[in-house]
Amino acid sequence: MGTISTNEWKNGVKVMYDNDPCNILENEYVKPGKGQAFNRVRLRNLRTGRVLEKTFKSGDTLEAADALDVELQYLYNDGEMWHFMSPTTYEQYTISKTTIDDSAKWLKEQDVCIVTLWNNNAISVTPPIFVTLKVIETDPGVRGDTATGGSKPATMETGAVVRVPLFINVGDILKIDTRTGEYMSRGK
Amino acid sequence: MNIHLRAETFTKIRNFFAARNVIEVETPLLSHATNPAPHLNSFCLDNLYLQTSPEFAMKRLLANGSGDIYQICKAFRKDEIGRLHNPEFTILEWYRLGFNHHDLMAEVNEFLKVTINAPESKRFSYGQVFAEFLQIDPHANDLNQLKTAAQKNNLSVANLSDDYDTWLQLLFTHLIEPKLGQEYPVFIYDFPASQAMLAKVRTEEPKIASRFEVYFKGIELANGFHELSDAEEQRKRFIQDLATRQELKLPPIPLDENFLLALPNLPDCSGVALGIDRLLLLAANVTSLNEILCYPFAET
Repeated sequence: MGTISTNEWKNGVKVMYDNDPCNILENEYVKPGKGQAFNRVRLRNLRTGRVLEKTFKSGDTLEAADALDVELQYLYNDGEMWHFMSPTTYEQYTISKTTIDDSAKWLKEQDVCIVTLWNNNAISVTPPIFVTLKVIETDPGVRGDTATGGSKPATMETGAVVRVPLFINVGDILKIDTRTGEYMSRGK
Repeated sequence: MNIHLRAETFTKIRNFFAARNVIEVETPLLSHATNPAPHLNSFCLDNLYLQTSPEFAMKRLLANGSGDIYQICKAFRKDEIGRLHNPEFTILEWYRLGFNHHDLMAEVNEFLKVTINAPESKRFSYGQVFAEFLQIDPHANDLNQLKTAAQKNNLSVANLSDDYDTWLQLLFTHLIEPKLGQEYPVFIYDFPASQAMLAKVRTEEPKIASRFEVYFKGIELANGFHELSDAEEQRKRFIQDLATRQELKLPPIPLDENFLLALPNLPDCSGVALGIDRLLLLAANVTSLNEILCYPFAET
């Protein structure tokens, strides 16, 4: 795909670093008034999600990564592979359990996720920021306690376990923030 | 855009110098020659160079008997783009006859109080800050010591040459500069002779250049010299710069013979160049020059 140099490493540009595709998060130009210029860069490894901080000589280049984020609809899983489809091209993608990793517990059939493709293979799945899921197991609700603190675990239909307020009951539909795994509100 | 802040600050600056009988001058921005320093990348138009600072032209005025002078003008440095860099920027440069670099540091301290209400500054030598932050002696000329310090701090750069000053600058910009002057301006003075640029080098060992830099809130604000007037020594440094340019496959730069011719007549003086856009950034308490410039570079 060709190489791109430090001054083109804008936020969101995807490059190869240590044989993995990475997303540039931040690129700070550092230069002593009278000396070698550097670029201090934060990049996210798109495969592992890890954020790296690296310094490069200004003018150095990295290989561009053929990576892009696409919206795919989650269809179903067979325990080993998770199956997705593009709502625009209807192309299907299968993604292994290890790649999906922790995101699996938020995925409800029909939900649309952001999937990162590298050389047209899925390498990571980001669930929707907010999901609405049904409670399938929790201790009985405590009537009247809608305001004060206190929480208990609840198992959702996808298998995720979330801390919820004491008044929540089995069958309730909840809105969850998947970035933090926290309960937001009762949904519809 | 902060156009009012800029206008008010210019007035303060002009009053500051008027009170000290330093006169404002204007020198050419476009010249047949320029500074050959390898890490200054000039814009070249039809074999003419946009100046990276007004230093050479102002020193010719000083050599010609101008007395104390200052200038506020644009300077141009190709490829320098970032939160604290813009290829076109406003520079303030001033020269004081009979001042050594410590006298000029005292005046810069006053200048920062008057223009941006900075608190009283502190001074540390280049050697002191390396000792304090990294426990090493930058004048020891021991490259392995620098590499070990970088490694200890998880600092590595691909394809970095073994040039001693490059390693010093890597450590300084990454591990020292961000911590400098969070509360008050800090002067760093007495640089290794290899980073003398246009400063006098003193005779004692290790060889030290009478050069200083000013940092405030982790930002490099100014660079000053007790000015070298030895034209032969200056020519040697330029020729060394041209050799480095060749090694780095950078284009050659015609030397400013008018400047070298005038240099022996330069009176004993110190001079300093200060980035006005960065000064305004500090005054406005913002984080990017884009909030200070009339238009960000991308929008010009």
